[in-house]
Amino acid sequence: MLLIHCPWCEDLRPETEFAYGGQAHIARPHDPSQYSDEEWERFLYIRANDRGRHHERWRHAHGCGRFFNAVRDTVTDKFETTYKAGEAAR
Amino acid sequence: MSGYRLATGGRIDRTRPLTFTFDGRLYRGLAGDSLASALVASGVTLFGRSFKYHRPRGLLATGVEEPNALVEIDRGPGRVTPNLKAPSLALYEGMVAQSQNRFPSLAFDLGAINNRLGVFFPAGFYNKTFMWPRSAWEKLYEPVIRRLAGLGHSPTTRDPDTYASTYAHCETLVIGGGPAGIESALAAAATGERVILIDEQEELGGGALGEPTRWAWLADATARLGAHPNVRVLPRTTAYGAYHQNFVAAAERLTDHLRPDRASGHREKLWRIRTRDLVLAQGAIERPLVFDGNDIPGVMLSSAARTLALHYGVAIGRAVAVMAVHDSGWHDALAIAAAGVRVRAIVDLRTAIDPALIEAARAAGIECLPGHAVTGVSGRSAVNAIRVAPGGTGPARHLPCDALLMAGGWTPTLHLWSHAKGAMRWDDASGTYLPIPGTDPVRCVGACAGEWDFGSGMSVAALPSLKPAHRQKAFVDFQNDVKASDIALAVQEGFRSIEHIKRYTTTGMATDQGKTSNMNGVRLAAQALGRPIADMGLTTFRPPYTPQTFGALVGVHKDALFQPLRKTAIDAWAEAEGAVFENVAQWRRARYFPHASEDMHAAVDRECRSVRQSVGLFDASTLGKIEVVGPDAAEFLDRMYTNPWKSLVPGRCRYGLLLREDGFILDDGVAARLAPDRFHVTTTTGGAARVLAMMEDYLQTEWSDLDCWLTSTTEQWAVIAVQGPRARDVIALLVEGIDLVPEAFPHMAVRDGRICGVPTRLFRVSFTGELGFEINVPADHGRAVWEAVHAAGQPHGIVPYGTEAMHVLRAEKGYIIVGQDTDGTVTPDDAGMAWAIGRKKPDFVGKRSLARPDLARDRRRQLVGLLTADPATVLEEGAQIVADPGQSIPMKMIGHVTSAYHSAALGRSIALALLEDGRARVGQSVHVPMPHGNVTALVSSPVFHDPSGARLDG
Repeated sequence: MLLIHCPWCEDLRPETEFAYGGQAHIARPHDPSQYSDEEWERFLYIRANDRGRHHERWRHAHGCGRFFNAVRDTVTDKFETTYKAGEAAR
Repeated sequence: MSGYRLATGGRIDRTRPLTFTFDGRLYRGLAGDSLASALVASGVTLFGRSFKYHRPRGLLATGVEEPNALVEIDRGPGRVTPNLKAPSLALYEGMVAQSQNRFPSLAFDLGAINNRLGVFFPAGFYNKTFMWPRSAWEKLYEPVIRRLAGLGHSPTTRDPDTYASTYAHCETLVIGGGPAGIESALAAAATGERVILIDEQEELGGGALGEPTRWAWLADATARLGAHPNVRVLPRTTAYGAYHQNFVAAAERLTDHLRPDRASGHREKLWRIRTRDLVLAQGAIERPLVFDGNDIPGVMLSSAARTLALHYGVAIGRAVAVMAVHDSGWHDALAIAAAGVRVRAIVDLRTAIDPALIEAARAAGIECLPGHAVTGVSGRSAVNAIRVAPGGTGPARHLPCDALLMAGGWTPTLHLWSHAKGAMRWDDASGTYLPIPGTDPVRCVGACAGEWDFGSGMSVAALPSLKPAHRQKAFVDFQNDVKASDIALAVQEGFRSIEHIKRYTTTGMATDQGKTSNMNGVRLAAQALGRPIADMGLTTFRPPYTPQTFGALVGVHKDALFQPLRKTAIDAWAEAEGAVFENVAQWRRARYFPHASEDMHAAVDRECRSVRQSVGLFDASTLGKIEVVGPDAAEFLDRMYTNPWKSLVPGRCRYGLLLREDGFILDDGVAARLAPDRFHVTTTTGGAARVLAMMEDYLQTEWSDLDCWLTSTTEQWAVIAVQGPRARDVIALLVEGIDLVPEAFPHMAVRDGRICGVPTRLFRVSFTGELGFEINVPADHGRAVWEAVHAAGQPHGIVPYGTEAMHVLRAEKGYIIVGQDTDGTVTPDDAGMAWAIGRKKPDFVGKRSLARPDLARDRRRQLVGLLTADPATVLEEGAQIVADPGQSIPMKMIGHVTSAYHSAALGRSIALALLEDGRARVGQSVHVPMPHGNVTALVSSPVFHDPSGARLDG
C-alpha cells in the first residue's frame, strides 16, 4: 500500500484514504463551444501513457476531501512530489 | 531409503512420544518432530504422487521449498486443509494426515498410467492434444483431466475458524530468524527503536538448528532478544509479500501446531507491517541436480538429510550416497556421518576438490569419487542403488545405497526482495542471481545476500550422461512434473524468453513457485539456447511467498461484515411488517410487503393498485441528498446540470439531468431551491457518492472562483413518499404551517413547516404520476412520522409499497431509472428528455459533447415503449430486439429491453426499450427472439399511463 503525502493536510497517509483522478493539468476550456471536434476529442479522451514521470490528480477522499496533483514514476510507483491543485506543474 | 531414529542428538524430546496417523495407519513420533521427520524416522519413503505422471515421490527438502510431500491435515469437521508441506508441520498428538493426488491409494495409484504414457504428455500437452473435436473438450477431456489433475481437494464445508488481523509499525523489520536475522535484530534492538523479527519455523534459528555447535549461541541470542522490550518476535509467521514503501504482509499461525482439542482462539492472524528499514534474512535454498531418476523417493537435498539428522535426530538411510557439485555436500556428509549415519560414498562431478574435504571424508570411512556423476537410479518407491560413471560418460559402476543426497549449490531466497522491486545480478562464482544493494531502505543479509560459509562449487545445468535427454526422467520442477527434455522441447519449438518458456512448460508455476526449480530451469534454457545465463534473466516472483489461507486474507470481512449494509430509519418497521428486502448500492430496501399467501406478483399488483386508486407509502430515504449553499450555488448548478437553475424561484423544484463531460447521462434527481443561496439536490440512490465526488472535482479544480459549498445530507433526512389521489387527505391532519391547497402548494414546490410536531421539508413531487408528497424529516424522527402517516392513512386504505411497485409505477409513466434504462451511452435526446436541456445556457458539463457527430447523428437508439402481442408475456430485461426474426444468425440487433413489468393499471405487460430510430418506429412491430420462441411487440410511446399528466393534481 502506497503512502501518499497530502499537501493540504501536510501529512503522509495510507493510499486507502485517497482516490485517483487521472492525468493532471488538463484544464477544461473556458468556452468548449470554440473547440473543434478534434480538439474536444483530445480533451475528452486522449491521455498520456508515460513510462516514468507522470503528472496525475489525486483526491484525499477520506481525509480533507481536497484535490491535489502528484508526480509519480509509473515504473517504480514512487511519488516524486505532491502539490495543491491550482499550483504550476512541477 | 530406510530411515530410522538415531540413538542420540536432535532437538526432539525423547521423553514425550506422540502418535499420529498417515493414510489411516498409526505411527509414532516425538515432541519436536515435524510430520516429515517422524515419517522418515518410521521408515516411510513414499510421501505423495506427482501432479502429472503420478510418479511415486518422497521427501525432497525440510523447508517450505518442499515440492513433493504435500499432505492434507484433518483437524475435524470443516477443518481439512490440503497441500500442506509435511516438513513444515509440527507434529502433535493425534495428528491425522493424508497423502494426496492418488487413487485409490498411495502405493497403488491408477493415475500412474500417465507415467507409462509420459511420451504423450510433453510440454504444452494441453494446448496440443485437446484441441479437437471441440465438443470433446467439455464432455470428455475436461472431466477426465479434472479427475486426475489438481493438488488436493478444496474444503466443501464452511470454515468454522475465525481469523484476526492487525497493523504494526516499527523502525526495523527483520524477515528470517536464522543467525543473520537474529544478529540484525539484536543490532537494531540496541538502538532502542522498535524491532519486529518474523520467522516461519516453529522456533528461531534457521540454519543454526541443524548445527548443534551453534545451539548455545542460539539459546543465548534468543534470550537476549527476549530481554529487549522493544523487540517483538513472531514465530510461525510467514512474511508472504513485500509491497510499496516497506509495507509487509505476514500471516501468523496461532493454533494449527496445537492438538485440535487444545486449540482455542483465532486460527491465524494477518499482520500488516509498515517499517522504516526492511532486513531480508530469508536464507538460501539448496538446488537439486538434474539427472535420470532424480525424483525416485530417497533422492533428496543434502541439506535436508543434515537437518533430519542434526535437528530431528533421524537418519535418512542405512547406506547413504552423496552426489555433489558443491562443497556443502561434503560438509553435510561429514556432519551426518559424525551424527551416526553411514555414508557410503561422495560422488562429485568436480575433479578439483579441497584436499582437506577428501581427507576428512576418507577418515570417516567414506569412499570419494571425484570427477564422477550419477547416471541412473534404481528403485521404484525407494532407492536401492545408483549407477556412477567417470565424467558421467565413462564405464558405469553399480553402487548399492538406500538414499542419495543432492548438493547442487545454493540459491538465495530473493522472493521478497523481488516483490520490493530489488535489482539482481548474475554471479558466476556462486552460480546464481544475487541482490544488488539499492538506495531503498531494504537490504539482504546472510545467505539471502549470497554470504554463506558452505564453501564453493560449480554450476551445472544437468549431469552429463550418455543417455539421450528425451529418454531420461530427469526432473527440473518436481511439483509440476517438468523434465529437462520439456525445456529443450520448448526451445526447439521456438520459445526464447524465459517468461514464455516458464509458461509453456509450467516450470516454477506450481504452488512452490519453483523454489527448487527456477535456477535449474533457467540454466537448462540458457544451455539449449546457447546463450549466457546472465542474459536470460529471472522470472518475476509475486506474492504470496508460500500459499496462504483465504481465511487469513479475509479476516472478519465476511458475511454481514463483507461490506457495509445501510439501513434507513424505517427499515426496522418494514422488517416487522414482513417486507422482502433487496440490496441497492449497499442500502437495504423493502422490495415488497407480501400479505399472508401472496407471491411477489400479487403483492406488487396490490401495492400498485392502491397507489393508483387511493394512496401508498414509500420509504425514499435512500435517495442521495446534497445541500448546495453559497452566493454562487445557482451558477454552480447551472454549470453542472443540463437544466437552467438561476430562473428557479425559491420554493420551487426542478427535475435535474446530470451528464458526464462526454455527453451521456450520469444521474438525475429533483432539486429544490430553498433560498436564493441554498439548494436541496437529490440524486439516485446508487449515484450519491459519485455525484458528490464529481461536483467537488469541478468546484475545486475547474471553478474554484465559485463561492459555494457542498454537503452530503443523505443520512440526515428520512424521506417518506406519500403517493396517490388521497395523499393530500392523509397528510393534511399531520402538517402544520403549510397550506396544502393546490393553488398554494402546486406540483414541483417545496415548503418548510412541521409535521407531527417535527420540522419538515415537504416536497410536492411524484415518481408515480399520482398526486404525491415527499416528507423530509430529520432521520431520528423518520420512524415516528412514518407510523403517524401510516395510521392517518388507514381510513383511506393506505398501504406501504416497496421498490418493485415503485419501478412498475414509474415505468407506467415512462420515467427512466438511470443505470437501468440508461447504460452510459444514452444522451438526453436518446432518453426523450431533450426538454431538460437549457438551450439558452452557454455551457454545462457535457454540452459540447452533445454536438459531437456521433451523438448528434440520426437513428440513435431511443427510449420507447413496447407492448407485447400477447399481453400476458413479460419481456426479459436485457433481451435483444431485431427487425426481422427470420434472418440468419448472427442477427442484426437494433435495440434491447431495459425495463419490463406486468402493469396492474393497464392489465397487461409493459416494457421500456432502447431502440434504433425508436421514435420513428412507434406503431411498428419489432421482434425479441428468445430461447423458447420469438416474441412480437408493438413499439409505443414510453408513457403508458395518464399521458396528459392530469392525475398529478389528484
